Amino acid sequence: MKLIKAIIKPFKLEEVKDALSEIGVEGMTVSEVKGFGRQKGHTEIYRGSEYTVDFLPKVKLEIAVTDDLVSKVVDAIVNASQTGKIGDGKVFILPIEEAVRIRTGEKGDTAL
Amino acid sequence: MNTKYASINSIGAAPWKFLLLAATLLFSYALPAHADDHEEPAAATEEVAEEEAGPVDDYMELLEAQGEYAPAYDFFTTSMLWTVIAAALVFLMHLGFATLESGLCQQKNVVNVLFKNVFIISIGVITYAFFGFNTHYPGDFNGWFSWGGMIGDLNAEGGNTWGYGGLGLAMTGFGDFIFQAMFAATGATIVSGAVAERVKLSSFMIFAVLFVGVAYPVAGSWHWGGGYLASLEIPFKDFAGSTVVHAFGGFGALACVMVLGPRKGKYTENGIKPIPAHSFPLAAIGVFLLMFGWYGFNGGSVLSAEPSALGLVFTTTTLGACAGAIGAIVVSWVMLKKPDLSMALNGLLAGLVGITANADVISVSGALIIGLIAGGIVVVSIIFLDKSKIDDPVGAISVHGVCGIWGTIAVAIFGDGDFSMATQIKGALLVSAFAFIFAYVVFSVLKALMGVRVSEEEEERGLDISEHGQEAYGS
Repeated sequence: MKLIKAIIKPFKLEEVKDALSEIGVEGMTVSEVKGFGRQKGHTEIYRGSEYTVDFLPKVKLEIAVTDDLVSKVVDAIVNASQTGKIGDGKVFILPIEEAVRIRTGEKGDTAL
Repeated sequence: MNTKYASINSIGAAPWKFLLLAATLLFSYALPAHADDHEEPAAATEEVAEEEAGPVDDYMELLEAQGEYAPAYDFFTTSMLWTVIAAALVFLMHLGFATLESGLCQQKNVVNVLFKNVFIISIGVITYAFFGFNTHYPGDFNGWFSWGGMIGDLNAEGGNTWGYGGLGLAMTGFGDFIFQAMFAATGATIVSGAVAERVKLSSFMIFAVLFVGVAYPVAGSWHWGGGYLASLEIPFKDFAGSTVVHAFGGFGALACVMVLGPRKGKYTENGIKPIPAHSFPLAAIGVFLLMFGWYGFNGGSVLSAEPSALGLVFTTTTLGACAGAIGAIVVSWVMLKKPDLSMALNGLLAGLVGITANADVISVSGALIIGLIAGGIVVVSIIFLDKSKIDDPVGAISVHGVCGIWGTIAVAIFGDGDFSMATQIKGALLVSAFAFIFAYVVFSVLKALMGVRVSEEEEERGLDISEHGQEAYGS
């Protein structure tokens, strides 16, 4: 089991969600986050004074999948969320030690 | 004959047939009364008179209660109606202040800003009833100061007749009181925006009671109360309060901000670090509400329902506001490279403040020019004050103080009538200086006695949690 964490541009969320449902992914958790990489921030101006906003809004998806789906899911995310411009984001793959379905108490792959 | 019938039939349910029927019915209704008159003249007339005149009797009683002023009853009631509506509109400005100030401050201080606004209107009206109104309008006095007592039954002794104020104050005593009471609290509200996000609540509350309760009516008595400024050879002219309300509040705010100091982290070695508004929608709603309320503020200051003045004032007020927004948009766009919404909003208000002294004596072009200049002035003033390290989160000092003086001076430039530039300047400076000194002294004393500022930690945490233990938006 792997936990796939993807940081993407907010407006790409719908596209990624659709691409994932197409390959059979049944669930995900989404959070609104802020961050920056090499994209840096931008300048805003308020009442005559400029200031830099370092953190840009992003969306983080967390999807837990069985090992066989990992590469398909990563490809789907990358293809759907890519714009070719700076700030597209990153995908991380982390191992999951154990997973539990709360309703039934199932563990392991069947919990996903 | 045939053609006539044909034509009648062809008209069908013609209106004239209905009218004929109606006339017949009315006539037949009137007939029995007539018949009675002939047979029993005295009794019948009395009975008929009582039956028909019941409600009219009530109205006649109302008229009689006006005594010699009965002929003016219609205009009196219309004017009084407008006055109380205007008072309600001015009250609405407090909602405008509340939303504008909370919109322009940070999320962590919203509860505190709202709390101050609730307190100010409440204590403002109460102190005005207890002593403000009679200090503001002392009647015969030395022109500078006369302490008044609590209002009593303002309907008594002809206070509910045209005789209370005649054409120049076409309302009852209570109408006069409530309209003026709504103005009183706006002085402290102006200050509350400027000191937001770092002022200590209890100190501010004490200050507000004194500023609104004592200073405002005293300064006001010099002009509207018939005091020194009103008794000059060419009297001071301040139609709805550019000086006695707005400059008064604005310069009081300046004094408090100077004693209080800026928000932490605003002025750094590398320049100004802006603390942006947390909700522009709230701020915009606030400004539009203020403009809406201003129709009561200026419109009600006509002090009657006189159609010619009312139409003019509504027009000049609106034009001033619109020109103010445009002026601020143009100047801020040029100076700051990008159009700034908060400047546009301040510009609208600046135009309104600028027009407030002169709305009833200027022309359409005058209104436009005054508003345009006010819009330009306010942008420059806001930037200048920020560069001078005077931290004013909402621009109150610039909108109300600086533009209040501009509006007062504009009377002499654009006003149609006998006005003196020297008097206008004198009045504006006198009231502004009084407000500034009063606020500076009171706030400095409070600073020495109990402090006027929250601790650095409390300021960082946010006043909502530190002073109130509450959050504005829940969690």
